[in-house]
Amino acid sequence: MANPVSFAAFRAWVNLRNEVLILPSRTLALAWTAGALLLPVLQPGPYVLRVAVMTCIFAILAASWDLLSGYAGQVNFGHALFFGAGAYGSSLVSLRLGLSPWIGMACGAVVAGAVGLAVGYLCLRLRGSYLSLATLAFPLIVIGLLFAFPEFSGGEMGVSGVRSLVVSRIANYYVVALGMLVLVFGLWAVADSQFGLVLHAIRDDEVAVRASGLNTTRYKLAAFGISAFTAGIAGGLYAHFMRGAGPSTLETALSFQVIIWGIFGGVATIYGPVTAVFLLYPFTEWLGNFRTLGELRLLIFAVVVLLVLLFMPRGIAPWVRDKIETECPRCKQRNVAWRDSCRLCAAPLRAGAPAARAQSPR
Amino acid sequence: MLQDILVTGLVNGGVYALLATGFSLIFGVARIVNIAHTAFYMMAAYCFYGLLVKVGLGVVPAAVLAVAAVTALSVVCYRLVIEPVRQHEAAVLISTIALALIFQEVMLLAFGGSFLGIPSAVEGVVTVAGVSIPYQRLLILVVAAAVLAAVWYLLYRTRLGLAIRATANDLEVANLMGMHVHRVAMATVAISVALAAIAGVAVAPVFVVDPFMWLAPLVTVLAIVVLGGLGSLKGSLIGALVIGYVEALTVFLLPKGAYLKGAVALSIMVVVLLARPEGLFGVAFEEER
Repeated sequence: MANPVSFAAFRAWVNLRNEVLILPSRTLALAWTAGALLLPVLQPGPYVLRVAVMTCIFAILAASWDLLSGYAGQVNFGHALFFGAGAYGSSLVSLRLGLSPWIGMACGAVVAGAVGLAVGYLCLRLRGSYLSLATLAFPLIVIGLLFAFPEFSGGEMGVSGVRSLVVSRIANYYVVALGMLVLVFGLWAVADSQFGLVLHAIRDDEVAVRASGLNTTRYKLAAFGISAFTAGIAGGLYAHFMRGAGPSTLETALSFQVIIWGIFGGVATIYGPVTAVFLLYPFTEWLGNFRTLGELRLLIFAVVVLLVLLFMPRGIAPWVRDKIETECPRCKQRNVAWRDSCRLCAAPLRAGAPAARAQSPR
Repeated sequence: MLQDILVTGLVNGGVYALLATGFSLIFGVARIVNIAHTAFYMMAAYCFYGLLVKVGLGVVPAAVLAVAAVTALSVVCYRLVIEPVRQHEAAVLISTIALALIFQEVMLLAFGGSFLGIPSAVEGVVTVAGVSIPYQRLLILVVAAAVLAAVWYLLYRTRLGLAIRATANDLEVANLMGMHVHRVAMATVAISVALAAIAGVAVAPVFVVDPFMWLAPLVTVLAIVVLGGLGSLKGSLIGALVIGYVEALTVFLLPKGAYLKGAVALSIMVVVLLARPEGLFGVAFEEER
């Protein structure tokens, strides 16, 4: 180890091996990240690249839904509102004011965040099903307003002629993919932090959290704000990729689609909804390639979702994770399912399995 | 103008009341937010169309068969799709969304996406106080009133109704008192979908029938039950009339009212919720912990 560079590389490799490759779920996350970054190396055609971009955008949307609905338990039936607010906000700002699309996107995200705070404020007193059904109303109110004032919003045709963020197709993909990785891992970190823990607690028992001296109102509003802001970024990316925004960004169908992704993948995991988008969106697009199957696309989609849920009611990602990993009964750390003893505390993982010899203290 | 508003509001309110009562019932008893509720209404309208126009049955047998078939379909769907995942609320929710999508797509394949018209069951108009009301709309009103009265009788004057109300009130205690809660839930599903199917058959000659006709009433019904209070039948009825009249007022009085009718109705729901989070007649459910 004379060379400091090779030593650093060696340390990095050891860290990678001990922290990432030791668990299949982390290995999969690494492979997925690498795949998202290396996709253009395969020289995909414009169609594949387009599907990949849309998948990334919807992955952001699904992950942001999960923070609000999965972690905080404020199940949102109108998540399209934030997406649409971001899309309309960014395209109107960059089109009507003639600003750079980047500034437009930032404005769109801020608008969406503000809308999220407003909806959260209005819904503070509602709980459970009431909250879900009330949130369904907001995007429809906005659609009604958009249709009533077509001079400003473009009415049923929406806004078009927005510039894209960057010129080349590959660069466009990288903007979206990098944004997706940053936002998804960011949301994951938020959900894993102290803040996410409080949200989790609010979902399970809000009264108990309040009794513990935490201001649940502030936490719920923050969840609404962060989730809406992130969804707004997704909406902005969508608007600049599609060169416009239409009422379809606010439709109930999109809200339901997000709910399906979220629950199909597994709620309160962040990675679950992202997995679901990466499985389901390309799948439905691929079905569209066949003439007969194309007409059956939505039908096949619904049947697949229904069948998968019958066998994995908690969602696909937690189901797979439970198959390939087990939790150590003593130290609660996760292990590969086929180990006999815990990799950290050496406790036996299965009944009857011998405990590993105690390791020498590190 | 005034008479138009009065009549339109009453007729639409009657249809909404049929839909909202069923939705509210199924939520109260089984805690299922049944997104597919209005999809069953759409299925009934198509069934009626098929039997009446394609098969050539009479109006009455076609209507009865359509309602019976859709009710049977709902029980089958409940047993196959909803019951296995009853423990997982989220899974139930998207199962019903998926069911609604499946119905929509199947009807799209079977009948195509075009608007279908159904001949009126009864022709002619009656003129009351200077406003002419087609008999068909009058029929809708009569059917709605009769069916709602029947539901009231079923719920408040029969043993099954007692069991349904008890289960809605407290599932565990009802179970301990010897009620077969699963069977009660299934009966509730059947009753609730039968109400939706009756609504579908009744409105089919007035509205156009197309595979996407379930989405707009779904949102209205959700607004009504939230407005009236989830699980409250009186609330659903009054909420339905309120929303029916609000929509009629918006369409007739505001410029561009047709675009805004949903928005205004939903805004009213939001305002009511802000003042009274459990809806107008809602019982604040016990903290479910």
